[in-house]
Amino acid sequence: MRPEDKDLVVQLCGARAGLHVDPAKDYLLESRLGPVARRENFGSIDEMIAALRAKREDRLAWAIVESMASSETAFFRDRIPFNLFRDEILPTLARLRDGEPIRIWSAACGSGQEVYSLAMTIDDQRSLIPGARLELFASDLSERALEKAQSGLYTQFEIQRGLPIRQLVRHFEKAEEMWALSPRIRQMVRWRRINLVADLSAAGRFDVIFCRYVLNALVEPMRARLLENLARALSPDGFLFLGLGETATGLSEAFQPVSGRPGLYARNPSFRAAA
Amino acid sequence: MKTCLVVDDSRVIRKVARRILEDIGFEIAEASDGMEALAWCRAAMPDAILLDWNMPVMTGIEFLRHLRLEPGGDQPTVVFCTVENDVERIREALDCGADEYIMKPFDGDIIASKFAEVGLA
Repeated sequence: MRPEDKDLVVQLCGARAGLHVDPAKDYLLESRLGPVARRENFGSIDEMIAALRAKREDRLAWAIVESMASSETAFFRDRIPFNLFRDEILPTLARLRDGEPIRIWSAACGSGQEVYSLAMTIDDQRSLIPGARLELFASDLSERALEKAQSGLYTQFEIQRGLPIRQLVRHFEKAEEMWALSPRIRQMVRWRRINLVADLSAAGRFDVIFCRYVLNALVEPMRARLLENLARALSPDGFLFLGLGETATGLSEAFQPVSGRPGLYARNPSFRAAA
Repeated sequence: MKTCLVVDDSRVIRKVARRILEDIGFEIAEASDGMEALAWCRAAMPDAILLDWNMPVMTGIEFLRHLRLEPGGDQPTVVFCTVENDVERIREALDCGADEYIMKPFDGDIIASKFAEVGLA
């Protein structure tokens, strides 16, 4: 790719989604943009970028940004946050909410493994939290990721990353070469396309937000904005999960870490939701 | 160091599995069928067993049934590793005392993830 084309992609991703893209990673750029160019019927990435410059077509611009935003994931990624959710957060919220809905949001859900891991956890724990009303929401920047996630179809490689075999047997069926998640679990989740650095005031209010491996993928100035957006969408006694190696400390006053619980944050009591 | 017995009639698979498991810190022994594996276990019970299903002489599932009746045979963590991918087959393996189950083809990530799942890596 030509340096000026790479710069255009970097600038586009930063402006639209706050996404940090390293122009030195030629392989990453080409492996993500190649399939977009083919899908959009361009002969090459160069041709696609030329068309973008000429027409500034919104749909194409988003297709490019979304392709750069996607990332690998796994069921029960990092394991510990899910144990914490199952053993501490879920029973506590069930008690506190006492039949009122508990709203959980998987922000930047990618191909759905995170939100489905939560859904399976809730389903498996159901008898221990009688009367609790759980509502699961998942969002992503990418329409294509959302479509794949909603299908609940995974390859044999995908369902073997992080998913214990007993949960596979309980919740999945073989569908030719793929594995299909049971409709009961799929129907627990509501989906929406959301750009996390845009205005989130219409997103709703949540008790638990999983927003992992997004913060560090953003350009510096957008990180505080993301955190403040999430703080506004979180109930005052709610919890935020960040990815391992990600921290809100020093970026924003909106959150404080929960001690002894790596990756877990609570809203700072002094944070004012109304900005 | 923890030991893992790799049971598969394919020398290539044993070699690939050995390399992956050595990388995550296991000492490896190999057997090419269930009977050989049972002899290994009677001599020295391993911490973990990576077990193929279809093998000559004695299959993986027959081996597992025998193993669980041996003195100390309830100890090893058994991870199936086979092309069998019918849900019924997987249930059968779990009912016979398997702890985890890998469907071939596998890669290093899958083995590491499954062994972590059963607390071995």
